[in-house]
Amino acid sequence: MKIGVCIKQVPAKDSPIAINEDGRWIREDDLKYELCGPDEYALEAAIQIKEQHGGEVVAVSLGPARSTDVLRTALAKGADRAVHIQLDAPEVTPPLPAAKALAEALSKESFDLILSGLQSDDQGFGQTGVIVAELLGIAHTTVVVDLEVTDGEVKVKRELEGGWYQSLSLPLPAMLAIQSGINTPRYASFKGIIAAKKKPLESVPAAASTEAHQQTLKIYVPEKTKDTQFLEGDPDDAAQALIAKLKTEAGILS
Amino acid sequence: MNDTVLVIAEQRNNQLNPHSLEVIAAGQQLAAQQGLSLVAALPGATLDAGAASLAETRLDDLLLVQHDLLEPYTADAYCAALGQLMAELNPKFVLIPHTYQARDFAPKLAASLDRSLISDCVGIKPGESGPVFVRQLFQGKVNADVVALGEPPYFVSLQAGCWPAESVESGSATPRSMDVSLDASQIRARAEAPERGAAQAVDLSSAEIIVSVGNGIEKEENIEIARQLAAAIGGELGASRPVIDEGWLPLERQIGSSGQTVAPKLYLALGISGSSQHLVGMKGAKTIVAVNKDANAPIFKHADYGIVGDVMEVMPALIKALQG
Ligand SMILES: Cc1cc2nc3c(=O)[nH]c(=O)nc-3n(C[C@H](O)[C@H](O)[C@H](O)COP(=O)(O)OP(=O)(O)OC[C@H]3O[C@@H](n4cnc5c(N)ncnc54)[C@H](O)[C@@H]3O)c2cc1C
Ligand SMILES: Nc1ncnc2c1ncn2[C@@H]1O[C@H](COP(=O)(O)O)[C@@H](O)[C@H]1O
Repeated sequence: MKIGVCIKQVPAKDSPIAINEDGRWIREDDLKYELCGPDEYALEAAIQIKEQHGGEVVAVSLGPARSTDVLRTALAKGADRAVHIQLDAPEVTPPLPAAKALAEALSKESFDLILSGLQSDDQGFGQTGVIVAELLGIAHTTVVVDLEVTDGEVKVKRELEGGWYQSLSLPLPAMLAIQSGINTPRYASFKGIIAAKKKPLESVPAAASTEAHQQTLKIYVPEKTKDTQFLEGDPDDAAQALIAKLKTEAGILS
Repeated sequence: MNDTVLVIAEQRNNQLNPHSLEVIAAGQQLAAQQGLSLVAALPGATLDAGAASLAETRLDDLLLVQHDLLEPYTADAYCAALGQLMAELNPKFVLIPHTYQARDFAPKLAASLDRSLISDCVGIKPGESGPVFVRQLFQGKVNADVVALGEPPYFVSLQAGCWPAESVESGSATPRSMDVSLDASQIRARAEAPERGAAQAVDLSSAEIIVSVGNGIEKEENIEIARQLAAAIGGELGASRPVIDEGWLPLERQIGSSGQTVAPKLYLALGISGSSQHLVGMKGAKTIVAVNKDANAPIFKHADYGIVGDVMEVMPALIKALQG
């Protein structure tokens, strides 16, 4: 089994978010970055399939030079190789050109399985993996919460809304967009971190970007839709004030 | 040509997904604003009930894209059938409810025409050179104004709960069948019919008070204090997805698009950021309280009462206040 896994570096969840001068992205000066949450699950799924069936896991990331950090993390956790596709301003790249750059790099190897996260934590297009599959001409499915690779195919369970599921089998090669909770992502071991330093990490330029069909004019903090009453003071004061308001104003507690 | 707004509606088990009606409402507004006609298409095998619901809305045309191979759903069959619809209709805008099914086929359909989808939009506003689509970044912390460029069709998917279904203008559309040719050999997936997950032992939909914990609870052992708070206030315990993913609470306590939809009198969101997938499951609560250490967390945009603070300090304080 040769497995490709698409992983994205995103601003860390607890980083403060401030809009930058040109109003199209956030200020990057003091940002910390991390591996996109859903991609942790895709990476873990890839490593587990390799552990079961043998083969190779190749982690692929599209982004600026700093993206190699998440590729090193993937190598430390158990990926065998990494491919960094250099793209300086991924934040202004719509999903189609981004997927084209990924597909171009992925097409150079013949993967049996390509995994991605379901939705990135920063841009949240929820599309990249599906477009990659279409560009590569392989079958795909999304919101995958369970998977089992058998002879020449992969059986998956995909989540539908409100507690419904659908089971299906896809012939290999296939692309799966993985939903959170499918597994328990491992931490990198000390030994893994040392071993990662010797694993191959190749950098390639992104394929020339084609015409974009969408453009972000500006980004901004959304307006409030409700007038929230904030209860101030230390936790005890705030808690007492809240309980009092729930009794008197909201008429909920007696 | 290029004079229509096409809505791709969704149904399962011969029942219209109500999110489709919200998208019809958005489509009616967009068509009026842009001087375009509005066409709805419903793909599937058995369509009479879904078609009947759509026929009660004001549409210029209602197309039934009917084929036995469209059920159970597969991305390949959908894209093959809808590709034929695109070729015949040549719409300017294609509006799709951003459901789990749309996540699966819409990016593929758009890419097959060398387009990308403007996904999961929460608003459409008029702009200088056409409509501006509003989508969310960073799980709702930031909004982005996005425009479509180049040649149509422009594919746009819309988030649930953003266009009230009640605002749909009613009318009487006559369903019309559209022939599509599909062959089983085009479908690479062997798909089974959807099935309901294991029966839920807990029905949160009837709970009057829900104490719900999110990622901000940080550790499994901290769940215990939330449990005590739930007991003190007489409520049920609920959770956002990460808490369930970690295995700290069972799946039956998950609230949101993949879990339960609740409408209690009081919903306490403790260390929950307020992503769209969580909000869709609890926005109907009468009174919403949010406790979060980040004053800018999107959950506060929906909260009646807010406390900016550490859940691990506020939860014990709430228990004390309830007992005192
Ligand atoms: C297809 C799909 C389906 C999904 N279905 C669901 C679903 O059904 N339900 C669901 O909930 N999610 C669902 N999600 C996931 C969803 O997108 C979010 O990732 C999730 O809701 C985030 O959960 P959270 O708010 O608990 O965590 P986070 O987004 O990590 O937020 C944690 C919050 O806690 C705050 N915090 C941290 N520490 C503290 C502290 N000590 N004290 C106070 N506050 C603190 C932080 O400021 C932050 O606001 C789905 C996603 C997808 C793509
Ligand atoms: N720049 C990128 N590099 C590698 N993988 C990516 C990139 N962007 C998106 N992906 C993958 O596609 C998934 C969905 O992303 P998105 O379409 O942005 O929501 C992510 O979870 C990743 O697995």
